[in-house]
Amino acid sequence: MDVFYALFPAAWPHWLRVVLGAAVPAIILVTFMALGPILYVYAERKISGFMQDRLGPMRVGPYGLLQTIADAIKLLFKEAIYPAGVDRALFLLAPCLVVIGAFLSFVVVPWGPNLIPADLDVGLFYVIAVSSLATVGLIMAGWASNNKYALFGAMRSAAQIVSYEIPAVLSLLAVVMIVGSLSLQQVVEAQRGGLPHWFLFRYFPIMLVVFLVFFIATLAECNRTPFDIPEAESELVAGYHTEYSGFFFAMFFMAEYTEMFIVSAVASVLFLGGWHSPLPPSWTAAIPWDLGPLWLLAKAWGLVFVHMWLRWTLPRLRVDQLMHVAWKVLLPIALGSTIVVGGLVLWPATSNGFPWDPFAAVAVSVAVAAGLVQGFIAARRYEARRLKEGAA
Amino acid sequence: MGRWLRDVWSGIATAFAGMRVTWKHLFTRAVTLQYPDERWTLPKRTRMRLFMKYEDCIGCGQCVRVCPVACIYMNTEKRPATAPPIWAANGMPIKLDVKLFDIDMSLCCYCNLCTYPCPTDCIYMTPEYEFATGDLTQHLYHFAKEDAQFLTVNPKAKPNA
Repeated sequence: MDVFYALFPAAWPHWLRVVLGAAVPAIILVTFMALGPILYVYAERKISGFMQDRLGPMRVGPYGLLQTIADAIKLLFKEAIYPAGVDRALFLLAPCLVVIGAFLSFVVVPWGPNLIPADLDVGLFYVIAVSSLATVGLIMAGWASNNKYALFGAMRSAAQIVSYEIPAVLSLLAVVMIVGSLSLQQVVEAQRGGLPHWFLFRYFPIMLVVFLVFFIATLAECNRTPFDIPEAESELVAGYHTEYSGFFFAMFFMAEYTEMFIVSAVASVLFLGGWHSPLPPSWTAAIPWDLGPLWLLAKAWGLVFVHMWLRWTLPRLRVDQLMHVAWKVLLPIALGSTIVVGGLVLWPATSNGFPWDPFAAVAVSVAVAAGLVQGFIAARRYEARRLKEGAA
Repeated sequence: MGRWLRDVWSGIATAFAGMRVTWKHLFTRAVTLQYPDERWTLPKRTRMRLFMKYEDCIGCGQCVRVCPVACIYMNTEKRPATAPPIWAANGMPIKLDVKLFDIDMSLCCYCNLCTYPCPTDCIYMTPEYEFATGDLTQHLYHFAKEDAQFLTVNPKAKPNA
């Protein structure tokens, strides 16, 4: 990365600067990816607790902050058990493959104007290809475990990801047609100019629908509730990772949460302006330093929160319902919107969006914010009423 | 087609309705009580551990007979005629020496039946609930005392009689 290359003094030999310029961002990213799940698991447990009127972890450290660290250490020290009849090589390879599949996508995510590990011309294509690698790992895990529940989980996950990849890719296609490039950096550049220029509000409301399709499909690809049938604990023990213990189980866990972050980051790059701030450019021009990574983090974490929010709201779908959603609902919508967006892009009068897009963007944002605030006020009122009834 | 659109719309709308509910609960206070740090304030007449005031027991044995799980053990002897007369707090003369009065709280079913027949109200339940032990025999509470200070004057006797 050029930014890091320029950071090191010019007196140093060229090869050292190149190596360090590659190693430093790689180490930062890998550390962030490996330690991120500790934060996400804590956030998930806390959010689920609060949504169920509980406290969540409270005993380890202040407000339970050290709980997931303790869990991670516990998992590291636990024995890795190989059940009788497992295929050792595949059994070991599977979690590695899942983690690699989740981590590799970070290569093309842009964090700022110059902050991108590798600006591939086929960035989106690369993301799709690499994120499907995890599925191979899941099937491998299910097959190598020599366990019927693990195999059921693996088969379900294969069916699910094959189905949901299609609407996800079709909705990516809409963005690609607007930008005319597969490079994620160029997708972000095309959204310069604040909130009204986000692709979420382009051709309002068509791209909003496309975003919803993409969000639902990627949620399913992460195997998260309500699409968590591959590891449905009430049906399949734990699905594909039934037989895993110790560090290998931790790797599956890490991959799941990393993947959740990566699809959220990709969704914010494609639809929410990536590292651009939602504020008008004239407001942010005064800020001398580059806040791109923070904006991308904020957007991605916002979407991660929505993932968790959905998880603790919706019950799990049945297998037939899952297929129904993929093939009979998401696919027609994605196909239709792809055709419509393609036509609109080609028609010169609308190639830059509908005339009402900026107003719709502001109106939708204000409406969402108002809805959230109103829910917050309703929560305070509900609590006051509960306290009064409890006192009476 | 109309049915399909209605279904899709209702699916999205109900998902948002559910998200609204969970969003509301995100901001309401947890009902959890962090037990060892905080404790419930129990009502005064909570039926927890049994207690027996040995100085008031007349040894009638009604509590033993009424107990549905037979967790009260009692052994009495006739009080010798030469011994000084003693009374319970409500003025009943104590004619029997209670040599043994044990309650096995690991058997007790907290029904409170033993407290009703007691003529001197000396057996009752307390709000004390933290008496877990590592050893089951610790749940056998001994109430008979060697050095009990009985009332040697009838508390209900008329002052000039």
